[in-house]
Amino acid sequence: MDLTLRGVVRRFGTVTALAGIDLDVAEGELLTILGPSGSGKTTLLKIVAGFEFPDEGTVHLGNSDVTVAPPRSRDVGMVFQNYALFPHMTVAQNVAFPLEMRRLAKPERERRVAEALALVELAEYGHRLPRQLSGGQQQRVALARAIVFKPRLLLLDEPFGALDRKLREAMQLEVRRLQRRLKLTTLFITHDQEEALILSDRIAVMSAGRIEQIGLPDDVYARPGTRFVADFVGESNLLDGVARSGAEAEAAGFGTVTLIAPAGAPGARATLLVRPEALRIGAPAAGLANRTTGTIIETVFLGLSVKLRLRLGTGLELLARLPLRPSEPFPLAEGDDVPIGFAPEDVHVIADAGR
Amino acid sequence: MPAARVATSVRPDPVRARERTLLLLATPALLVIGVLFVWPLLRLLSMSVADGTLVQFEKAALDVLYVTVLWESIEIGLIVTVICLLLAYPVAMWLVQTSRFGFILGMFFLLLPFWTSVLVRTYAWMVLLGRSGVINRALRDLGWIDAPLPLLHNRLGVLIGIVHVMLPYMVIPIYAALLRIDPDLRRAAEGLGAPAWRAFARITLPLSLPGVFAGCALVFVITLGFFITPALLGGGRVMMISMLIEQQVREFLDWNFAAALATVLLVVTLAVYAMLGRLTGGAGHAGR
Repeated sequence: MDLTLRGVVRRFGTVTALAGIDLDVAEGELLTILGPSGSGKTTLLKIVAGFEFPDEGTVHLGNSDVTVAPPRSRDVGMVFQNYALFPHMTVAQNVAFPLEMRRLAKPERERRVAEALALVELAEYGHRLPRQLSGGQQQRVALARAIVFKPRLLLLDEPFGALDRKLREAMQLEVRRLQRRLKLTTLFITHDQEEALILSDRIAVMSAGRIEQIGLPDDVYARPGTRFVADFVGESNLLDGVARSGAEAEAAGFGTVTLIAPAGAPGARATLLVRPEALRIGAPAAGLANRTTGTIIETVFLGLSVKLRLRLGTGLELLARLPLRPSEPFPLAEGDDVPIGFAPEDVHVIADAGR
Repeated sequence: MPAARVATSVRPDPVRARERTLLLLATPALLVIGVLFVWPLLRLLSMSVADGTLVQFEKAALDVLYVTVLWESIEIGLIVTVICLLLAYPVAMWLVQTSRFGFILGMFFLLLPFWTSVLVRTYAWMVLLGRSGVINRALRDLGWIDAPLPLLHNRLGVLIGIVHVMLPYMVIPIYAALLRIDPDLRRAAEGLGAPAWRAFARITLPLSLPGVFAGCALVFVITLGFFITPALLGGGRVMMISMLIEQQVREFLDWNFAAALATVLLVVTLAVYAMLGRLTGGAGHAGR
């Protein structure tokens, strides 16, 4: 393991920012810490970078214990949220800074700077000042500066937040390509679940100072372990249910839901997750095991798809997302009463662990 | 399209109107400055070249006494500036990173001197620094010295007094410059392998230079024209140019020569400002 955290606890006065974090990042892996603000992900990042120290627990990089080591001796490259480029130095000087601190000879330094700038496609920009570059270019400089000294670990702190959508997507793919090519062990911090799904080898979802779930992106999306994860990652319909005997559950406001396996001991509480794209509306709903009818109360056009808000007779609201084809007009409108259905295999059961 | 042009010229421009209103409101202050400052200054300049000769300047430049005094003023100005800089920079750094309570406390003590008059503070230094003053008595009682240290009525006394008065003028511009530096820059430097002192030398210090220059200009220029403190703490043994000017007016009633000396002081001051302005312009990388 390249980065190992064991039982990391951090408190600020009476507030516990991290309540016992265990984390392993394998060599060459890109692991994302995903969580809302206040979940403790920034504190975790600072502890890994060495800007803050844990009250309990240990941090290892490779085989060395860096729990209380200062940032300069950790060999961690970090891309800050606002890039933190040195405004009085040129792009080349910025990228050369970590090499200079490592007392590399000048020719070697220049060679590595040129190499790193070429890697982020800014070879021609070495003599410019950071403020003369666009946001995307500044970010690439920050990335070059963070990898030029071949760090043991790359830290990315919400680096795409300040970019517009198109540029953000381009940068995400670029970072991923670079990370794979250089086999950089990377810890990526974000609150953007979409970004996490695109970039990560594995995702750790954080909430209230704990890791709620850690797993592959499609695991976290399709098989969330807790209600929080289901709600935070992607859009979701969460139904409060009670397990019945056999592969069935009783969902509040919906009725009996057929499952592919028992939801637990009869009478046990469980949350049923149905993703909006799993709902079938209109004719396709016919023949599905779980069926009801509802009224379309809102339609939101999203380009590739359309999002519908539906209200059942019981007052329960469901979200549905239907694919759109540009050539065909969308047949449904607000106010329509429509059949709604979903298959048993599209229901994911989250057992209530007493909280 | 002449029609369009007419339309735009007739339409009232709210920005212009606002500018006019503000100018109107500023007029009383501008008049006061004009009447009480610019006019006397022009009078002063004309007095220094009264009768159309430069003879007063010749006298100032050729007499060793006056050149010595001017030089001593500049020397004291430089020493005070350097001491203030060395004392103020750490204070400014502490103010930037301290807690809210520490900041309020620090600012309180920093600004406290502004609430008492320079005269009172200077007399307070005389009580502290005199031959049988608080400091000498304490040192003698402790048995560390036999004879009192000469702290007053010499250059040391003058420097102590002036540094005390000038310190806030150095701290505040440096503090303001440091405050504008993103703390992530220092973190980035340390994360990239810089020990604290190198992060300071390569990042914090260069980015704070505009504040350093502003503080230095302020302290040097104000010190150059200091009067009360050197007059009282110097005990007649330290002569600065403002004291010389006062002497010319009060004792010799030589207004023309005093005006010439004042002009020299003004020119030196402006020269220093221009020089530091150049330096700051060159180092103006703090603006992002």
